[in-house]
Amino acid sequence: MLGKGLLQGLAVTAKNLVGSYHDPARYVTQEYPEVQPKLPEAYRNFPFLVSETADDPMGTLRCVACQICEKECPPQCIYIEKSKDKKPDANGKLQIYPAVFAIDTAVCMSCQICVEVCPFDAIKMDQEFAIAATDRFDGLLLNREQLAKPNAYYHQIHPTEASEVDARLAAERRAAEEKARLAAAAKAAAPKAAAPTAAAAPGVPAASASPGSIPPPGPPPSSS
Amino acid sequence: MTLLLAVLALVCLVPAVAAVLVRNLIHSALLFVLAWLGLAVFYLAVGAEFIAFAHALVYVGGVSMVVLFAVLLTRPGRVDPLPPPSTQRAIGGVAAVALVASMLGSSIFWTRLPSMEPIPMVSLRRLGELLAGPYLVALLLVGLILTVALIGGLLLAAPRRPSEGGDA
Amino acid sequence: MILAAAPASPADAWLERAPVLLRDALTGWLPDALRPWVAALLSIATILGVFGLLFAYMTLAERKILGRIQNRPGPNRTGPFGLLQPFADAIKALTKEDIVPRAADQVLHFLAPVVLVALSLIGLAVIPFGRNLVAVEMEASVLYFFAAGAATELAIFMAGWASRNKYSLLAAMRALAQLISYEVPLLLSVVPVIVVAGSLSTTDIVAAQGGWAAGLWPHWHALTPWGFSAFAVFMVAALAESNRSPFDLPEAESELIAGHLTEYSGFKYALFFMAEYLGMAALSAMAVTLFLGGWQAPLAVLEFIPSYAWFGVKLLLLLLGFIWIRATFPRLRIDQLTRLSWKFLVPLALVNLINGGVWAATADWTGAAAVVRWFISALGVVVPFIFLARSLSAGYGPRTYRYASP
Ligand code: SF4
Ligand code: SF4
Repeated sequence: MLGKGLLQGLAVTAKNLVGSYHDPARYVTQEYPEVQPKLPEAYRNFPFLVSETADDPMGTLRCVACQICEKECPPQCIYIEKSKDKKPDANGKLQIYPAVFAIDTAVCMSCQICVEVCPFDAIKMDQEFAIAATDRFDGLLLNREQLAKPNAYYHQIHPTEASEVDARLAAERRAAEEKARLAAAAKAAAPKAAAPTAAAAPGVPAASASPGSIPPPGPPPSSS
Repeated sequence: MTLLLAVLALVCLVPAVAAVLVRNLIHSALLFVLAWLGLAVFYLAVGAEFIAFAHALVYVGGVSMVVLFAVLLTRPGRVDPLPPPSTQRAIGGVAAVALVASMLGSSIFWTRLPSMEPIPMVSLRRLGELLAGPYLVALLLVGLILTVALIGGLLLAAPRRPSEGGDA
Repeated sequence: MILAAAPASPADAWLERAPVLLRDALTGWLPDALRPWVAALLSIATILGVFGLLFAYMTLAERKILGRIQNRPGPNRTGPFGLLQPFADAIKALTKEDIVPRAADQVLHFLAPVVLVALSLIGLAVIPFGRNLVAVEMEASVLYFFAAGAATELAIFMAGWASRNKYSLLAAMRALAQLISYEVPLLLSVVPVIVVAGSLSTTDIVAAQGGWAAGLWPHWHALTPWGFSAFAVFMVAALAESNRSPFDLPEAESELIAGHLTEYSGFKYALFFMAEYLGMAALSAMAVTLFLGGWQAPLAVLEFIPSYAWFGVKLLLLLLGFIWIRATFPRLRIDQLTRLSWKFLVPLALVNLINGGVWAATADWTGAAAVVRWFISALGVVVPFIFLARSLSAGYGPRTYRYASP
């Protein structure tokens, strides 16, 4: 019968019209600036630099300015200058740090390659999308102060990934400590093995000589 | 009243003449629409409301569309590379003017002019009664002629099938 | 000119007479010679103001309703509920650059939107918006309305042709084809109303629809079988005449960019939109007048509400119907469009003409004969509808979709 389909169509749209006023399943629009979107965990756009703590971001950057990411970045939008001096990193180990670390987000294509290649888990993908700026250089060329965000923030935006990274880092650290301890133990054992000869040396007390020559035992000094 | 009629005559005649003279076919069709509109207003001015609106509806709304459609759908024919010599054109012009003048002249010169006497107001109802009464046969005949013309036009325009041996 | 109030009881109510009283108060102090002129100017200004505002808020309502139908809120940033949106749009249109293509026909390109808006407006002069509220009273006002409306497509043609753009030209052709096809059913569907009411004047037609059968069933034409059929044909043809979806072929944006609007910008573009909505409003107002009883109240007890309010309500309902239809149906193809008109609407309207004639001839049948009259009329609608629908949809059965197998 001609017209049945027309009426059915009208019924569908009428149902939508009425339903959008009382049925949240039919009315799914979120009004953006007031209601911020709940981004999925896997959402990513631009990279940021992970720092261990929030109060001293520059002092606790994980980045060691190895410049791997700079070389790998396909559109070449990362610029790094190594520092001349060394600073203790989060683990208290003396490291080079990036004196300048800049990403031109106007060029970055959000490929995440920098994240994949970084051996230190120092650079991760952010979820900040409201980046509109009136000036391409002031607003979109981010320096290291703007890029640095604490690990806690990383946990906030990518919880699963962040805990994996933390677990891995902790495991690595433990392994390193273990190794250092073993190495220390081995070193400690070595002078003992050499002790008979040393003790044989005349005029040099073995006991007084050994403390000065071996490195202090135990783990390396923990984070400052 | 005379002034109004003069203005209306201008409104009708100027576009009509311009329509004949302009080169652009679409322009002349639109100018004809203007002339028809002027005619409708003229009917309105002399009190023939029904004719005025029917005229506007049929000519401005209907005939103009058909004319424009025909203009748009017709392929432009070959244009003669040389216009005919001026003497020929002059003769043609004089002949055309003479023809029109002889046709219109009789009605213009032999009609008594005092048509400004009060126009009998014919109500719409009376008009309808006249059309459906004494003039019914005429009305039906006009309709018949138009229908025949329409069918004839269709037959002429319809593409002939090859089986009928046409050369179209 | 607005007529003097008739001394009927609901017509005496203060609210009912308010517009007339207001006009008299405004023009009363003028010398007699000037008064009709000022009154005419006043009615023009009122129509322009009311329908201008109606246009503004129709655009907003359309966007909001379309939004709701598509499960989104529609414009809601400018002012509360987006109520200032039309004005923002107007300012934007006014401040935009007006570009005329160099190859365009300058005069026609300029004239087209002006002519279009003017033609869409003048039809409103003969609509009786309420008891005694009609700007121009004349004997052949229905004819006048359609004569004014028929020329609108001419303006669309001018716009399309003058732009010197192939898409615009295609739109112009489509507009012409559409007009030629739909002018016929539009006029044919009106004829039975004229036959039954026995008048070409809008006020008489509205007056003929007054009163109630059995005190409940209004004598509106749309509430009789032939009238309903004519109303349906009229509304479909009106959709096509006002170039509204699903008949918006001249500006089919997915095929023709924007059709005849392609080369227009700024305020001229806005004028085209204004003309579209005004034309829609004018045709709806005509439909209300011809079929839905004009300003008559649906029930006698509701007559205390002034007549112009009833007219407004009916007009708005029809306009909402236009929006609803736009939100629902996809656009037709040009062959489907002309086919629908010539093979379905025109025959239906022709049969309905006879049907209306029979109804007019049997006007004095009462009692049981009235039931027979209704039955005959209903038969005269349903039977042709079934046959025509069958022939129209022959060969257009429901499609079966076959998907490629993996
Ligand atoms: S995400 Fe890709 S483009 Fe952006 S900085 Fe990292 S490597 Fe370069
Ligand atoms: S972010 Fe990672 S890869 Fe890049 S310089 Fe720093 S440590 Fe190296």
